[in-house]
Amino acid sequence: MEGLDRILSEQPFFNGLPAELRTLVAGCARNHRFDAGQYLFHEGEAADEFFFIRHGKVALEIVAPGKAPIVFSTLGEGEIVGASWLVPPYRWTFDARAMELVRAIGVDAACLRGKCEADHHLGYEMMKRFAPILVKRLQDTRLQILDVYGRR
Amino acid sequence: MPAIEAAAADPFLPELYRVVSVRRELADTATLEIVPASGERPSFAPGQFNMLYVFGVGEVAISMSGDCADRSRFVHTVRNVGAVSGAIAALEAGAVIGVRGSFGAGWPVAAAEGSDVVIVAGGLGLAPLRPAIYHLLANRARYGRVTILFGARSPQDMLYRSELEAWRRNLDVDVEVTVDHADPDWRGNVGVVTKLIPRAAFDPRETFAFVCGPEVMMRYASSALVDAGVAAGRVFLSMERNMKCAIGLCGHCQFGPSFVCKDGPVMALEKIASILTVREV
Repeated sequence: MEGLDRILSEQPFFNGLPAELRTLVAGCARNHRFDAGQYLFHEGEAADEFFFIRHGKVALEIVAPGKAPIVFSTLGEGEIVGASWLVPPYRWTFDARAMELVRAIGVDAACLRGKCEADHHLGYEMMKRFAPILVKRLQDTRLQILDVYGRR
Repeated sequence: MPAIEAAAADPFLPELYRVVSVRRELADTATLEIVPASGERPSFAPGQFNMLYVFGVGEVAISMSGDCADRSRFVHTVRNVGAVSGAIAALEAGAVIGVRGSFGAGWPVAAAEGSDVVIVAGGLGLAPLRPAIYHLLANRARYGRVTILFGARSPQDMLYRSELEAWRRNLDVDVEVTVDHADPDWRGNVGVVTKLIPRAAFDPRETFAFVCGPEVMMRYASSALVDAGVAAGRVFLSMERNMKCAIGLCGHCQFGPSFVCKDGPVMALEKIASILTVREV
């Protein structure tokens, strides 16, 4: 766990977070390795774990029947895969595929939610860190929807 | 003054140019190389534009997209978005058009010497930046880190794809490309071009940023650059307005207190930030 704590401390997400709170998160964490083409999770599955990417690139996809999946975002080193674990019903709304070898730290969502309930200081710190990510992704999505490069 | 000299000095009088090659870049976009019917083409600076005139159709402002150092020709990449640009994009080799130019203020490539340079291009916005990229690459030792961030609609809509790949192979230039959406065969980034800015390696205190693309994209990109620590005085945008006379007389391209054709098209963010989001401007 000491190793995981150290690895998490290198993630930008944890900048400025007191070490004791980071250690609480590390208690819910484990190492992952995904080969190229392997899925981190699929749409509809329980969002019971989210991931900090240490190495590699992950594609977020949506599948329509009879069509090739549409990749709507890629995430890389230092970024977080998954926010559906934060809000009920805790289900993934897209697929996440490793585009190349991906090394990641997975955090058990139920474990972390439980610790956030028990320690609201930790919960607030987590929300303060996740909210800007969610807002940024919402803004990025808005810009994508505008299709600014399309013919108008 | 002899009549012929007076005519040559008249900024409203187009010179004749012949189209010597046409490259169909995308379904609606073509790159034309044009040479003067006589003499040498005028010099130009990266970021400047010409007024291209299709006889019987009309005239439109198009940025240079070729190399300033090649004095034999102008290169223009044109997208079919209207009657005149459509007519230009449909031209074939051998056609003759009128050209007035070059006009406007370009990218501050001299002021950026000694600094890192971040190029942020979206869609066809790569075209007005290409002369600046040629200049940076030709004078590579004069600059710090050079980063090119390019966003396109999809992998099929990428402008200058082979050239981007060549620049990427260049070891002292960082090139990152992203598309708004892709199929699973695409190995690159997916997402808006602004996402690439926080990931790029540059020293924001010593960086000049050149941004060109749809205005909404430029607003978001310039915000991301300022958020990353780049001074607004060092973020430059190539503005697009309804340019007609190209010399600041007619007022069609008025942008607040400035004329885009004369004071731009390249303008510093710090000078235009307050009016960028004003709908009436």
